[in-house]
Amino acid sequence: MSKSSVSFDWLTIFIYLLLVGFGWINIYSASLGDNPSSIFDFSQVYGKQAVWILLSFFMIVVLLSIEARFYMRFSSVIYIISLISILGLFAFGKTINGATSWYVFGGVSIQPAEFAKVATTLALAKYLGDIQTNIKVFSHQIIAFLIIILPALIILPQPDAGSALVYSAFLFPLYREGLSGVYLFLGFAAIAVFVFTLLFGPLYVAIAIGVIALISLLQKRRNRPSYLFLLGTLILAIGYSYSVDYIFENMFEQRHRDRFNIVLGQEVDAKGIGYNTNQSEIAIGSGGWLGKGWTEGTQTKGQFVPEQHTDYIFSTVGEEWGFLGTSLVTLLFVLFMLRLLFLSERQKSQFNRVYGYSLVGILFIHFLVNIAMVIGIFPTVGIPLPFFSYGGSGLWGFTILLFIFIKLDSERMSFS
Amino acid sequence: MRRVLLFIIIITTGIIFLARLFYLQVIDESFVRLSEDNAIKVVYDYPQRGYIFDRNGELLVSNQPSYDVMAIPRNVKVFDTAEFCRILNITPEELASKLDKAKIYSPRLPSIIVPQLTKSEYAYLQEKMRNYEGFYIQKRSLRDYQTHNGSNVLGYIAEVNKKIIEENPYYISGDLIGKQGIEGYYEELLRGVKGVKYIQKDRFNRDIGAFKDGIYDTLPKKGKDVTVTIDGVLQAYGEKLMENKWGGIVALEPATGEILALVTAPSYDPALLVGRQRSRNFTELYYDTIARPLYDRGLQAEYPPGSPFKTINALIALQEGAVTTQDRFSCNMGYVFGRGRKMGCHAHASPLNMVPGIAQSCNAYFANVYRRIIEKFPTPQEGVDTWANHLKSFGLGNYLGSDLSTGRPGKIPTADYYNRIYDYPTYKWYSTATISNAIGQGEVLMTPIQLANMTAAISNKGWFYTPHILKEIDGNPIKDKEFTEKKHTTIDPKHFIPVVEGMHQVYQSGTASSLRIPGIEIAGKTGTAENFTKIGGKRIQLTDHSIFIAFAPVDNPKIAIAVFVENGYWGGRYAGRIAGLMIEKYLKGTISRTDMEDWILTHSLEEEYKKPYSGEPFSINK
Repeated sequence: MSKSSVSFDWLTIFIYLLLVGFGWINIYSASLGDNPSSIFDFSQVYGKQAVWILLSFFMIVVLLSIEARFYMRFSSVIYIISLISILGLFAFGKTINGATSWYVFGGVSIQPAEFAKVATTLALAKYLGDIQTNIKVFSHQIIAFLIIILPALIILPQPDAGSALVYSAFLFPLYREGLSGVYLFLGFAAIAVFVFTLLFGPLYVAIAIGVIALISLLQKRRNRPSYLFLLGTLILAIGYSYSVDYIFENMFEQRHRDRFNIVLGQEVDAKGIGYNTNQSEIAIGSGGWLGKGWTEGTQTKGQFVPEQHTDYIFSTVGEEWGFLGTSLVTLLFVLFMLRLLFLSERQKSQFNRVYGYSLVGILFIHFLVNIAMVIGIFPTVGIPLPFFSYGGSGLWGFTILLFIFIKLDSERMSFS
Repeated sequence: MRRVLLFIIIITTGIIFLARLFYLQVIDESFVRLSEDNAIKVVYDYPQRGYIFDRNGELLVSNQPSYDVMAIPRNVKVFDTAEFCRILNITPEELASKLDKAKIYSPRLPSIIVPQLTKSEYAYLQEKMRNYEGFYIQKRSLRDYQTHNGSNVLGYIAEVNKKIIEENPYYISGDLIGKQGIEGYYEELLRGVKGVKYIQKDRFNRDIGAFKDGIYDTLPKKGKDVTVTIDGVLQAYGEKLMENKWGGIVALEPATGEILALVTAPSYDPALLVGRQRSRNFTELYYDTIARPLYDRGLQAEYPPGSPFKTINALIALQEGAVTTQDRFSCNMGYVFGRGRKMGCHAHASPLNMVPGIAQSCNAYFANVYRRIIEKFPTPQEGVDTWANHLKSFGLGNYLGSDLSTGRPGKIPTADYYNRIYDYPTYKWYSTATISNAIGQGEVLMTPIQLANMTAAISNKGWFYTPHILKEIDGNPIKDKEFTEKKHTTIDPKHFIPVVEGMHQVYQSGTASSLRIPGIEIAGKTGTAENFTKIGGKRIQLTDHSIFIAFAPVDNPKIAIAVFVENGYWGGRYAGRIAGLMIEKYLKGTISRTDMEDWILTHSLEEEYKKPYSGEPFSINK
């Protein structure tokens, strides 16, 4: 290690170990069959996860021993290789649960989308960190958006809406580096119009938009936007609202439509799609203050919650560890993200800061979407809880993402 | 602002989550109760599968009740296996292996343990059922066949396999699904939608009412009844005529494209594939790799069309202006096309123009016609492609697109194809290289249904509807554009007049003059196709296929038919007789040429089919 290097951030690493360890304890319970065997039994879900965790420790050692400037220098190459690997899925990918997101080597399946997040983070950090890049310049914004949206577009039709959604996380570093807040506002407004259109139909939304426009006309002359701008925005917003109807009916799959409809309280479907969320809520709700105890969850035991060891792992926490467990995990994640945010702000180089913000953004979107889904306030989107959910690719992807940053942070004094 | 926004968002999210969790876990008590009674049993209610009627409203397929013994492995408690096995007439080993399999499929979902009980087994078991916890009896409906014919058209019902369950979430283990024919193609129409009930159970496995007051429950939707275009009587008659022969008959109604009869031989009784014997019978049919009863020769067999193909060459020649109907070509027992190569022909008057050329099926005449078509163009490539494009407008050389689940494209060679096999441009090829196309031998292949459709197009003088099997759904005529919009060929209607006259003359003075049916004016064309098989890697010629196409009445065609009889020798011998009998049966309902009928019913080709497998040298065309 060079002289300018400082110590690794042990608090972050400590929380990482807590999350991974507690995650495995819950995976063990959620996937425990009738006859328990060795915890490294590779034929069992918990056994596989134990192996993935051990291997990720080796990976951490490797990641931390590579010099930080390596990641910066090779970010473009890594990005391109990663794009090729997700493009290759169209030709060589294997379909599991309806999504063609996997390569299978022997008995091991790998989901390259999990690693594409790392590559995109590196590429974006490199681009924004370039002294010649100014995010306030329109053409530079376009390039930054292209870097982000390219992998998302390739992943979306596989179809893996969950993984594609994660790329919205990069709005946070962009905003931090000076992107106009209008983009964040527009993104938020677009989602709001989308949801309200589905709830109330395009006509009412159009009326509401019209009223908002009228109100803004009543403002004092100085603050009032120009008529042309208002009219344009009005037409765009109403047009968007109507097209949402079309997009929803034609571009989404029925399973996505169903899931949205359930959370929005629209038509209750016949096939029992609401079952997942319902069972998950029951599992969490029945946990009470202290839970039913480890491996004692009746919901978990009865395997009522589908996909419980992957996307719904948080429901196991809720049932077996109660409010104590869920609030602890929630607080751990919040603390973890805030710590990383603090680390990001203390970086000297823009590359490091963008990287850190991207990392926090990605963790946040996963945390937000996954837990909101499990506790029934967001539609079912297949997206794992970082470090917690079962899955080798996911665990490794997040581990790489995190420990590159820990390495960057440890060498933050070496260049600026 | 830029530094703190994400801080604020993260903290806000954390607070919202904690609030929601606090509400779910601490305040709202209802979930605790729910989780205690939360064992939900899913009960399916299977609807009646739709009935199948023939075009005259005769019921072909209905349903019969059937009872399956199901088990949910994790609910199975210790029980008296000896008694259980005795009632169901299975061995304890079988039961154990079934239960193991069920457990592997899913410990929580029902699997079939014993399918399709007999009525007496059901009655007896019903009484004892309460002793077997984890087991229950599922009622289903099975097919009940009112006919012994048309198994290839009707298709059959089978239990879904693992692959189907994975691909289509509608099906669960033990469900039935239509395979092949109408049952396969119109599965979603016929099956309806199964209803589902979620029943809440308490810790003691007692029903305590519908889950969430039944908001997720659905009622079954009955399958739709369908009417097929098949004429049950004609189909049965066709199958009777084809007994002891291999081949196919396809009869169409030219005005609509409806399939009147679709016979493949050998065939089997559809009732063989129902009930507990299904699996054994199916295996037997499946492994008969010589006669191949599951192979639909009417749809899937690709044969060289032989002489019926001459009619279409005549049409193309007229359309391209390559010949007129008056052009005469001479024939001296065949056609010589250089270096001593000769295409043989039989004895008849010479020279001939078009109408007698068709009537006598003169090979030399059509060799000339074909060369005129190809040589009209600067290069043979252009000639062959123009010729092939006309053929494609008759639905040849590609899947016909009928609503039957199987089919083959047949083959129409193009310039690309010949360029490839003759290694153009290193070597050149000319019209003589493809001369076999003149008489429907060589590279051209057609399925019987394509041949029948071509005949229908000729009888309509230039158009056809895509052949189809579905006529009505719940009494409403089909609306699918694919089957209700006319397809036009590239040939002018006027050119069909001499060709139809030639086909009429086939019966008056030509190769089928002995097959006339009193009172019906038929237009037809005989065909005899050479064919080969491979035995031990050696190409060996077999007895010619007997082929016939016909439509009747000539002026107002009601039926167009194509008949292939494998190794039946010349066209008039088997296929011509069968075609005439089928036409008379359909138009008149009775048979006046009983001599022809007797001949067909008493002649068998089984000996002919054994020859290549006998291992001994044999002679052909006898």
